[in-house]
Amino acid sequence: MKKSALPDPFEEARVNKGYGEMDDQNDPVTMVLGLKDLRKCAHNWKTFQSGATPGRIVIPSEVNIRDTRQIPFEVDPPEHKDFRALVEPWFKRPLEADYKATLTQQINDIVDEVLAKDSVEVVEEFSLRLQSRALTLLLNIPYEESETWISWGTHVFRSEGEALDGDKANILYDYIDERITQAIESPGADLYSMLLAATVNGKKLTREEVKGVMILTFAGGRDTVINAVTNSIAYFAEHPESLDRLQNEPDITGRAVEELIRYFSPLTQMGRVVTEDTQVCEHAVKEDTRISLCWASANRDAKVFENPNDIVLDRKINPHVAFGFSHHNCLGATHARQIMNILLTTLAKKIKSIDIVDYKENIEELGEFKRKVGYDNLTVKFKGR
Amino acid sequence: MAKITFITTDDKTITLEGTSGSVMQLAVDNSVPGIDGDCGGVCSCATCHVHVAPEHIEKTGVASEIEEDMLDLNDYSNERSRLCCQLEISEALDGLVLQVAESD
Repeated sequence: MKKSALPDPFEEARVNKGYGEMDDQNDPVTMVLGLKDLRKCAHNWKTFQSGATPGRIVIPSEVNIRDTRQIPFEVDPPEHKDFRALVEPWFKRPLEADYKATLTQQINDIVDEVLAKDSVEVVEEFSLRLQSRALTLLLNIPYEESETWISWGTHVFRSEGEALDGDKANILYDYIDERITQAIESPGADLYSMLLAATVNGKKLTREEVKGVMILTFAGGRDTVINAVTNSIAYFAEHPESLDRLQNEPDITGRAVEELIRYFSPLTQMGRVVTEDTQVCEHAVKEDTRISLCWASANRDAKVFENPNDIVLDRKINPHVAFGFSHHNCLGATHARQIMNILLTTLAKKIKSIDIVDYKENIEELGEFKRKVGYDNLTVKFKGR
Repeated sequence: MAKITFITTDDKTITLEGTSGSVMQLAVDNSVPGIDGDCGGVCSCATCHVHVAPEHIEKTGVASEIEEDMLDLNDYSNERSRLCCQLEISEALDGLVLQVAESD
Protein backbone atom coordinates (compact mmCIF):
# COMPACT_ATOMS: atom_id res chain seq x y z
CA MET A 1 0.00 0.00 0.00
CA LYS A 2 1.36 3.39 -0.94
CA LYS A 3 1.77 5.89 1.87
CA SER A 4 -0.42 8.37 0.02
CA ALA A 5 -3.29 5.92 -0.62
CA LEU A 6 -6.66 6.40 1.02
CA PRO A 7 -8.26 2.95 1.08
CA ASP A 8 -12.04 2.53 0.77
CA PRO A 9 -13.29 0.80 3.94
CA PHE A 10 -16.94 0.87 2.84
CA GLU A 11 -16.82 -1.33 -0.27
CA GLU A 12 -18.08 -4.58 1.17
CA ALA A 13 -20.99 -3.01 3.06
CA ARG A 14 -21.85 -0.80 0.08
CA VAL A 15 -21.96 -3.73 -2.34
CA ASN A 16 -23.70 -6.21 -0.01
CA LYS A 17 -26.33 -4.10 1.71
CA GLY A 18 -25.91 -0.46 0.72
CA TYR A 19 -25.73 0.91 4.25
CA GLY A 20 -23.55 0.82 7.33
CA GLU A 21 -24.18 1.52 10.98
CA MET A 22 -22.30 3.43 13.64
CA ASP A 23 -23.03 4.80 17.06
CA ASP A 24 -22.16 8.37 17.90
CA GLN A 25 -22.65 9.52 21.49
CA ASN A 26 -25.75 7.29 21.86
CA ASP A 27 -27.37 8.83 18.78
CA PRO A 28 -26.84 6.06 16.19
CA VAL A 29 -26.42 6.68 12.50
CA THR A 30 -27.48 4.63 9.44
CA MET A 31 -24.85 5.44 6.84
CA VAL A 32 -26.02 5.59 3.20
CA LEU A 33 -23.12 4.28 1.13
CA GLY A 34 -24.09 4.04 -2.57
CA LEU A 35 -24.06 7.09 -4.86
CA LYS A 36 -27.61 6.77 -6.22
CA ASP A 37 -29.19 6.12 -2.82
CA LEU A 38 -27.21 8.95 -1.30
CA ARG A 39 -28.32 11.43 -3.95
CA LYS A 40 -31.96 10.52 -3.43
CA CYS A 41 -31.67 11.00 0.32
CA ALA A 42 -29.73 14.26 -0.05
CA HIS A 43 -32.45 15.60 -2.33
CA ASN A 44 -35.30 14.57 -0.03
CA TRP A 45 -35.02 17.33 2.59
CA LYS A 46 -38.54 16.75 3.88
CA THR A 47 -37.82 13.24 5.13
CA PHE A 48 -34.12 13.78 5.84
CA GLN A 49 -33.84 17.20 7.41
CA SER A 50 -30.95 19.53 8.13
CA GLY A 51 -32.94 21.96 10.26
CA ALA A 52 -32.86 19.76 13.35
CA THR A 53 -31.35 20.61 16.77
CA PRO A 54 -28.19 22.63 15.99
CA GLY A 55 -25.15 20.36 15.77
CA ARG A 56 -27.10 17.11 15.41
CA ILE A 57 -26.53 16.57 11.68
CA VAL A 58 -22.78 16.79 12.19
CA ILE A 59 -20.99 13.50 12.89
CA PRO A 60 -19.59 13.44 15.54
CA SER A 61 -22.60 15.32 16.88
CA GLU A 62 -21.96 18.84 18.16
CA VAL A 63 -25.23 19.04 20.14
CA ASN A 64 -23.32 19.21 23.42
CA ILE A 65 -20.88 21.92 22.37
CA ARG A 66 -22.93 24.26 20.21
CA ASP A 67 -26.33 26.02 20.41
CA THR A 68 -25.90 28.36 17.47
CA ARG A 69 -27.56 27.19 14.26
CA GLN A 70 -25.15 27.19 11.32
CA ILE A 71 -26.63 29.06 8.37
CA PRO A 72 -27.61 28.19 5.64
CA PHE A 73 -26.31 24.69 6.45
CA GLU A 74 -28.80 23.83 9.22
CA VAL A 75 -31.85 25.44 7.63
CA ASP A 76 -34.21 23.63 5.25
CA PRO A 77 -36.21 24.95 2.30
CA PRO A 78 -38.07 27.21 1.88
CA GLU A 79 -36.19 29.43 4.40
CA HIS A 80 -32.90 27.99 3.20
CA LYS A 81 -33.28 29.52 -0.26
CA ASP A 82 -33.19 33.15 0.86
CA PHE A 83 -30.25 32.67 3.21
CA ARG A 84 -28.33 30.85 0.50
CA ALA A 85 -29.15 33.54 -2.06
CA LEU A 86 -27.83 36.16 0.36
CA VAL A 87 -24.41 34.55 0.84
CA GLU A 88 -23.96 32.92 -2.57
CA PRO A 89 -22.53 35.97 -4.43
CA TRP A 90 -20.01 36.58 -1.64
CA PHE A 91 -18.81 32.98 -1.81
CA LYS A 92 -18.43 33.24 -5.61
CA ARG A 93 -15.84 36.02 -5.21
CA PRO A 94 -12.97 33.51 -5.64
CA LEU A 95 -13.77 33.62 -9.39
CA GLU A 96 -12.86 37.34 -9.56
CA ALA A 97 -9.49 38.23 -11.11
CA ASP A 98 -8.21 40.21 -8.08
CA TYR A 99 -9.06 37.45 -5.66
CA LYS A 100 -7.38 34.87 -7.86
CA ALA A 101 -4.27 37.02 -8.26
CA THR A 102 -3.87 37.55 -4.50
CA LEU A 103 -4.46 33.87 -3.78
CA THR A 104 -1.88 32.96 -6.42
CA GLN A 105 0.63 35.27 -4.73
CA GLN A 106 -0.10 33.71 -1.32
CA ILE A 107 0.38 30.18 -2.63
CA ASN A 108 3.54 31.13 -4.54
CA ASP A 109 4.94 32.62 -1.35
CA ILE A 110 4.21 29.63 0.85
CA VAL A 111 5.65 27.19 -1.69
CA ASP A 112 8.81 29.36 -1.78
CA GLU A 113 8.86 29.31 2.04
CA VAL A 114 8.83 25.51 2.24
CA LEU A 115 11.35 25.18 -0.60
CA ALA A 116 13.79 27.20 1.50
CA LYS A 117 13.50 24.75 4.42
CA ASP A 118 15.30 21.46 4.84
CA SER A 119 12.25 19.50 5.93
CA VAL A 120 8.68 20.55 6.49
CA GLU A 121 5.84 19.22 8.64
CA VAL A 122 3.13 19.72 6.05
CA VAL A 123 0.00 19.86 8.25
CA GLU A 124 1.17 22.69 10.56
CA GLU A 125 3.77 24.43 8.42
CA PHE A 126 2.08 24.31 5.03
CA SER A 127 -1.59 23.31 4.94
CA LEU A 128 -2.80 25.14 8.08
CA ARG A 129 -0.93 28.29 7.05
CA LEU A 130 -2.13 28.16 3.47
CA GLN A 131 -5.73 27.57 4.59
CA SER A 132 -5.63 30.35 7.20
CA ARG A 133 -4.08 32.92 4.88
CA ALA A 134 -6.56 32.08 2.11
CA LEU A 135 -9.44 32.47 4.55
CA THR A 136 -8.54 36.14 5.02
CA LEU A 137 -9.46 36.57 1.36
CA LEU A 138 -12.78 34.80 1.73
CA LEU A 139 -13.66 37.01 4.73
CA ASN A 140 -12.06 40.07 3.09
CA ILE A 141 -10.07 40.99 6.19
CA PRO A 142 -6.37 41.85 6.71
CA TYR A 143 -3.85 39.08 6.01
CA GLU A 144 -2.32 39.48 9.50
CA GLU A 145 -5.45 38.03 11.08
CA SER A 146 -4.36 34.61 9.80
CA GLU A 147 -1.63 34.59 12.48
CA THR A 148 -4.32 34.28 15.17
CA TRP A 149 -5.96 31.31 13.44
CA ILE A 150 -2.61 29.62 12.82
CA SER A 151 -1.79 30.01 16.52
CA TRP A 152 -4.89 27.95 17.40
CA GLY A 153 -3.23 24.90 15.79
CA THR A 154 -5.05 22.33 13.72
CA HIS A 155 -7.35 21.12 16.46
CA VAL A 156 -9.85 23.88 17.07
CA PHE A 157 -12.75 21.56 17.79
CA ARG A 158 -10.93 18.45 18.90
CA SER A 159 -8.17 17.65 21.31
CA GLU A 160 -5.98 14.60 21.11
CA GLY A 161 -7.87 11.43 22.00
CA GLU A 162 -11.26 13.13 22.34
CA ALA A 163 -13.87 13.42 19.65
CA LEU A 164 -14.99 16.88 20.63
CA ASP A 165 -13.76 19.47 23.05
CA GLY A 166 -16.19 22.16 24.19
CA ASP A 167 -13.50 24.41 25.70
CA LYS A 168 -11.56 24.42 22.44
CA ALA A 169 -14.68 25.11 20.38
CA ASN A 170 -15.41 28.06 22.68
CA ILE A 171 -12.14 29.69 21.63
CA LEU A 172 -13.57 29.95 18.12
CA TYR A 173 -17.08 30.95 19.21
CA ASP A 174 -15.78 33.67 21.58
CA TYR A 175 -13.45 34.95 18.89
CA ILE A 176 -16.33 35.24 16.41
CA ASP A 177 -18.43 37.06 19.02
CA GLU A 178 -15.64 39.58 19.53
CA ARG A 179 -15.24 40.18 15.82
CA ILE A 180 -18.99 40.65 15.34
CA THR A 181 -18.97 43.29 18.09
CA GLN A 182 -16.07 45.05 16.39
CA ALA A 183 -17.88 45.01 13.04
CA ILE A 184 -21.00 46.48 14.66
CA GLU A 185 -18.90 49.29 16.14
CA SER A 186 -16.91 50.01 12.98
CA PRO A 187 -18.32 48.38 9.84
CA GLY A 188 -15.97 47.64 6.96
CA ALA A 189 -15.95 45.71 3.68
CA ASP A 190 -15.66 42.32 5.37
CA LEU A 191 -18.06 39.39 5.55
CA TYR A 192 -19.17 40.22 9.12
CA SER A 193 -20.19 43.73 8.07
CA MET A 194 -21.94 42.52 4.91
CA LEU A 195 -24.02 40.10 6.98
CA LEU A 196 -24.79 42.65 9.69
CA ALA A 197 -26.15 45.05 7.06
CA ALA A 198 -28.12 42.38 5.20
CA THR A 199 -31.82 41.64 5.20
CA VAL A 200 -33.52 38.32 4.45
CA ASN A 201 -37.28 38.27 3.90
CA GLY A 202 -37.45 41.93 4.84
CA LYS A 203 -35.80 41.34 8.23
CA LYS A 204 -32.27 42.21 9.25
CA LEU A 205 -30.14 39.25 10.19
CA THR A 206 -29.93 38.80 13.94
CA ARG A 207 -26.58 38.71 15.67
CA GLU A 208 -27.11 34.99 16.27
CA GLU A 209 -27.75 34.43 12.55
CA VAL A 210 -24.59 36.32 11.62
CA LYS A 211 -22.70 34.17 14.10
CA GLY A 212 -24.24 31.06 12.51
CA VAL A 213 -22.91 31.98 9.07
CA MET A 214 -19.48 32.79 10.47
CA ILE A 215 -19.17 29.56 12.45
CA LEU A 216 -20.08 27.63 9.30
CA THR A 217 -17.46 29.54 7.31
CA PHE A 218 -14.72 28.84 9.84
CA ALA A 219 -15.66 25.25 10.65
CA GLY A 220 -16.58 24.02 7.18
CA GLY A 221 -13.41 25.18 5.51
CA ARG A 222 -10.74 24.27 8.02
CA ASP A 223 -10.10 20.51 8.38
CA THR A 224 -11.46 19.91 4.89
CA VAL A 225 -9.03 22.26 3.15
CA ILE A 226 -6.16 21.17 5.39
CA ASN A 227 -6.79 17.51 4.50
CA ALA A 228 -7.17 18.22 0.79
CA VAL A 229 -3.89 20.15 0.68
CA THR A 230 -1.94 17.68 2.86
CA ASN A 231 -3.22 14.67 0.93
CA SER A 232 -2.26 16.38 -2.33
CA ILE A 233 1.32 16.77 -1.12
CA ALA A 234 1.46 13.08 -0.12
CA TYR A 235 0.02 12.09 -3.51
CA PHE A 236 2.54 14.14 -5.49
CA ALA A 237 5.37 12.80 -3.33
CA GLU A 238 4.59 9.34 -4.65
CA HIS A 239 3.56 10.51 -8.13
CA PRO A 240 6.16 13.00 -9.40
CA GLU A 241 5.07 12.07 -12.94
CA SER A 242 1.76 13.78 -12.18
CA LEU A 243 3.59 17.04 -11.42
CA ASP A 244 5.32 16.76 -14.80
CA ARG A 245 2.05 15.99 -16.52
CA LEU A 246 0.33 19.02 -14.99
CA GLN A 247 3.23 21.18 -16.09
CA ASN A 248 3.07 19.83 -19.65
CA GLU A 249 -0.71 19.67 -19.90
CA PRO A 250 -2.07 22.56 -17.82
CA ASP A 251 -5.48 22.10 -19.48
CA ILE A 252 -6.16 19.05 -17.34
CA THR A 253 -5.69 20.94 -14.06
CA GLY A 254 -9.43 21.44 -13.53
CA ARG A 255 -10.11 17.75 -13.99
CA ALA A 256 -7.22 16.85 -11.71
CA VAL A 257 -8.70 19.05 -8.97
CA GLU A 258 -12.06 17.30 -9.21
CA GLU A 259 -10.42 13.87 -9.23
CA LEU A 260 -8.23 14.54 -6.20
CA ILE A 261 -11.22 15.92 -4.31
CA ARG A 262 -13.28 12.85 -5.27
CA TYR A 263 -10.53 10.51 -4.13
CA PHE A 264 -9.75 12.38 -0.91
CA SER A 265 -13.37 13.20 -0.01
CA PRO A 266 -12.10 15.47 2.77
CA LEU A 267 -15.49 15.42 4.49
CA THR A 268 -16.34 11.76 5.06
CA GLN A 269 -20.05 12.18 5.71
CA MET A 270 -22.83 14.52 6.79
CA GLY A 271 -25.92 13.56 8.75
CA ARG A 272 -29.63 14.22 8.40
CA VAL A 273 -32.42 13.70 10.94
CA VAL A 274 -35.25 11.40 9.83
CA THR A 275 -38.67 13.09 10.11
CA GLU A 276 -40.90 10.01 9.53
CA ASP A 277 -40.56 6.23 9.71
CA THR A 278 -39.13 5.21 6.33
CA GLN A 279 -36.55 3.01 4.62
CA VAL A 280 -33.10 3.48 3.17
CA CYS A 281 -31.66 0.64 1.08
CA GLU A 282 -34.62 -1.52 2.17
CA HIS A 283 -33.59 -1.00 5.76
CA ALA A 284 -36.10 0.53 8.17
CA VAL A 285 -35.12 3.83 9.75
CA LYS A 286 -37.23 5.37 12.48
CA GLU A 287 -38.44 8.91 12.93
CA ASP A 288 -36.04 11.07 14.99
CA THR A 289 -33.02 8.87 14.27
CA ARG A 290 -30.16 9.88 12.01
CA ILE A 291 -28.89 8.82 8.62
CA SER A 292 -25.64 9.97 7.10
CA LEU A 293 -24.77 10.76 3.52
CA CYS A 294 -21.38 9.10 3.23
CA TRP A 295 -19.69 11.10 0.49
CA ALA A 296 -16.43 9.18 0.87
CA SER A 297 -18.15 5.87 0.15
CA ALA A 298 -20.32 7.13 -2.70
CA ASN A 299 -17.23 8.54 -4.39
CA ARG A 300 -15.80 5.01 -4.68
CA ASP A 301 -19.01 3.46 -6.03
CA ALA A 302 -17.89 1.14 -8.85
CA LYS A 303 -21.38 1.32 -10.38
CA VAL A 304 -20.53 4.89 -11.37
CA PHE A 305 -16.73 5.29 -11.34
CA GLU A 306 -14.41 3.08 -13.36
CA ASN A 307 -11.37 2.09 -11.32
CA PRO A 308 -12.74 4.01 -8.34
CA ASN A 309 -9.69 3.42 -6.17
CA ASP A 310 -7.27 4.87 -8.70
CA ILE A 311 -6.53 8.55 -9.16
CA VAL A 312 -7.13 9.11 -12.87
CA LEU A 313 -5.79 12.62 -13.14
CA ASP A 314 -7.77 13.57 -16.26
CA ARG A 315 -10.99 11.67 -15.43
CA LYS A 316 -13.50 13.12 -17.87
CA ILE A 317 -16.82 12.08 -16.34
CA ASN A 318 -16.61 12.49 -12.61
CA PRO A 319 -20.02 12.95 -10.96
CA HIS A 320 -18.58 12.94 -7.44
CA VAL A 321 -20.33 14.22 -4.35
CA ALA A 322 -17.29 15.41 -2.41
CA PHE A 323 -18.91 18.87 -2.18
CA GLY A 324 -22.26 17.34 -1.25
CA PHE A 325 -25.35 17.20 -3.40
CA SER A 326 -28.57 19.19 -3.89
CA HIS A 327 -29.68 22.20 -1.79
CA HIS A 328 -26.92 21.99 0.78
CA ASN A 329 -23.96 21.55 -1.55
CA CYS A 330 -20.79 23.14 -0.25
CA LEU A 331 -20.95 26.93 0.00
CA GLY A 332 -17.16 27.15 0.09
CA ALA A 333 -16.60 24.96 -2.97
CA THR A 334 -15.62 27.87 -5.23
CA HIS A 335 -12.95 28.96 -2.74
CA ALA A 336 -11.75 25.36 -2.25
CA ARG A 337 -11.56 24.68 -5.99
CA GLN A 338 -9.63 27.89 -6.56
CA ILE A 339 -7.14 26.98 -3.81
CA MET A 340 -6.63 23.51 -5.27
CA ASN A 341 -6.37 24.79 -8.83
CA ILE A 342 -3.71 27.34 -7.94
CA LEU A 343 -1.91 24.89 -5.66
CA LEU A 344 -1.62 22.30 -8.43
CA THR A 345 -0.46 24.88 -10.94
CA THR A 346 2.13 26.28 -8.52
CA LEU A 347 3.46 22.88 -7.44
CA ALA A 348 3.76 21.76 -11.07
CA LYS A 349 5.71 24.91 -11.88
CA LYS A 350 8.06 24.96 -8.89
CA ILE A 351 8.42 21.43 -7.49
CA LYS A 352 10.47 18.65 -9.01
CA SER A 353 9.96 16.06 -6.32
CA ILE A 354 8.83 15.55 -2.74
CA ASP A 355 10.25 12.95 -0.34
CA ILE A 356 8.17 11.64 2.55
CA VAL A 357 10.35 11.49 5.67
CA ASP A 358 7.80 10.59 8.33
CA TYR A 359 4.03 10.46 8.76
CA LYS A 360 1.18 9.51 11.05
CA GLU A 361 -2.19 8.75 9.49
CA ASN A 362 -5.41 10.29 10.76
CA ILE A 363 -7.87 7.41 11.00
CA GLU A 364 -11.54 8.07 11.75
CA GLU A 365 -13.33 5.41 13.82
CA LEU A 366 -16.81 5.04 12.36
CA GLY A 367 -18.46 2.06 14.02
CA GLU A 368 -17.68 -0.97 11.88
CA PHE A 369 -15.46 1.17 9.62
CA LYS A 370 -12.07 2.80 10.01
CA ARG A 371 -11.33 5.46 7.43
CA LYS A 372 -8.07 7.26 6.72
CA VAL A 373 -9.03 10.87 6.00
CA GLY A 374 -5.55 12.39 6.02
CA TYR A 375 -2.58 12.78 8.32
CA ASP A 376 -1.98 13.94 11.88
CA ASN A 377 1.46 14.85 10.64
CA LEU A 378 3.42 14.44 7.42
CA THR A 379 7.08 15.44 7.22
CA VAL A 380 8.55 15.86 3.74
CA LYS A 381 11.46 17.39 1.86
CA PHE A 382 10.61 19.52 -1.16
CA LYS A 383 12.99 19.71 -4.13
CA GLY A 384 12.59 22.60 -6.54
CA ARG A 385 12.78 22.46 -10.33
CA MET B 1 -17.93 26.82 -36.57
CA ALA B 2 -21.28 26.59 -34.81
CA LYS B 3 -23.67 29.37 -33.81
CA ILE B 4 -25.34 28.59 -30.51
CA THR B 5 -28.10 30.66 -28.96
CA PHE B 6 -28.78 30.83 -25.23
CA ILE B 7 -32.07 32.17 -23.90
CA THR B 8 -31.55 33.25 -20.30
CA THR B 9 -34.06 32.88 -17.48
CA ASP B 10 -34.99 36.55 -17.89
CA ASP B 11 -35.57 36.00 -21.62
CA LYS B 12 -32.45 37.65 -22.99
CA THR B 13 -31.06 36.08 -26.15
CA ILE B 14 -27.29 35.59 -26.47
CA THR B 15 -25.85 34.09 -29.66
CA LEU B 16 -22.25 32.88 -29.59
CA GLU B 17 -19.92 31.25 -32.06
CA GLY B 18 -17.62 28.40 -31.16
CA THR B 19 -15.40 25.90 -32.91
CA SER B 20 -14.33 23.44 -30.22
CA GLY B 21 -14.63 22.59 -26.54
CA SER B 22 -17.84 22.21 -24.61
CA VAL B 23 -20.95 24.35 -24.90
CA MET B 24 -20.62 25.02 -21.14
CA GLN B 25 -17.12 26.47 -21.62
CA LEU B 26 -18.36 28.70 -24.45
CA ALA B 27 -21.12 30.00 -22.19
CA VAL B 28 -18.84 30.52 -19.18
CA ASP B 29 -16.18 32.28 -21.28
CA ASN B 30 -18.87 34.66 -22.46
CA SER B 31 -20.55 35.08 -19.06
CA VAL B 32 -23.96 33.68 -20.01
CA PRO B 33 -26.03 34.22 -16.84
CA GLY B 34 -27.12 30.97 -15.19
CA ILE B 35 -24.35 28.83 -16.67
CA ASP B 36 -21.73 28.54 -13.94
CA GLY B 37 -19.88 25.33 -14.79
CA ASP B 38 -18.54 25.07 -11.24
CA CYS B 39 -16.90 21.65 -11.69
CA GLY B 40 -15.22 22.63 -14.96
CA GLY B 41 -17.16 20.14 -17.04
CA VAL B 42 -16.86 16.71 -15.40
CA CYS B 43 -20.60 16.23 -14.85
CA SER B 44 -20.49 16.70 -11.10
CA CYS B 45 -22.23 19.98 -10.28
CA ALA B 46 -25.23 20.43 -12.63
CA THR B 47 -24.66 24.19 -12.83
CA CYS B 48 -24.78 24.14 -16.65
CA HIS B 49 -28.33 22.85 -17.00
CA VAL B 50 -30.18 23.80 -20.21
CA HIS B 51 -33.36 22.82 -21.99
CA VAL B 52 -32.84 22.04 -25.66
CA ALA B 53 -35.36 23.61 -28.05
CA PRO B 54 -37.83 20.86 -29.05
CA GLU B 55 -36.91 21.05 -32.73
CA HIS B 56 -33.19 20.63 -31.93
CA ILE B 57 -33.22 17.44 -29.89
CA GLU B 58 -31.74 15.58 -32.85
CA LYS B 59 -28.73 17.90 -32.95
CA THR B 60 -27.73 17.21 -29.36
CA GLY B 61 -28.76 13.60 -28.94
CA VAL B 62 -29.76 12.28 -25.54
CA ALA B 63 -28.06 12.37 -22.16
CA SER B 64 -25.81 9.53 -21.00
CA GLU B 65 -26.93 7.45 -18.02
CA ILE B 66 -24.63 9.34 -15.65
CA GLU B 67 -25.89 12.70 -16.91
CA GLU B 68 -29.46 11.40 -16.72
CA ASP B 69 -28.93 10.44 -13.07
CA MET B 70 -27.75 13.96 -12.28
CA LEU B 71 -30.80 15.46 -13.98
CA ASP B 72 -33.27 13.02 -12.45
CA LEU B 73 -33.14 14.77 -9.09
CA ASN B 74 -33.17 18.30 -10.47
CA ASP B 75 -36.39 20.15 -9.66
CA TYR B 76 -36.24 22.07 -12.93
CA SER B 77 -35.45 19.25 -15.33
CA ASN B 78 -37.69 17.99 -18.12
CA GLU B 79 -37.38 15.56 -21.02
CA ARG B 80 -35.33 18.14 -22.97
CA SER B 81 -32.80 18.72 -20.21
CA ARG B 82 -29.06 18.46 -20.78
CA LEU B 83 -25.94 19.42 -18.89
CA CYS B 84 -24.21 21.47 -21.55
CA CYS B 85 -20.72 20.49 -20.34
CA GLN B 86 -21.53 17.21 -22.05
CA LEU B 87 -22.25 18.88 -25.42
CA GLU B 88 -19.13 19.10 -27.58
CA ILE B 89 -19.17 21.96 -30.06
CA SER B 90 -19.12 20.85 -33.70
CA GLU B 91 -20.75 21.82 -37.00
CA ALA B 92 -23.61 19.53 -36.04
CA LEU B 93 -24.67 21.96 -33.31
CA ASP B 94 -24.88 24.97 -35.66
CA GLY B 95 -28.12 26.85 -35.05
CA LEU B 96 -28.78 25.19 -31.70
CA VAL B 97 -31.08 27.05 -29.31
CA LEU B 98 -30.79 26.37 -25.56
CA GLN B 99 -32.97 27.70 -22.78
CA VAL B 100 -30.95 28.20 -19.59
CA ALA B 101 -32.75 26.25 -16.84
CA GLU B 102 -33.83 27.80 -13.59
CA SER B 103 -32.00 26.88 -10.42
CA ASP B 104 -32.41 27.45 -6.67
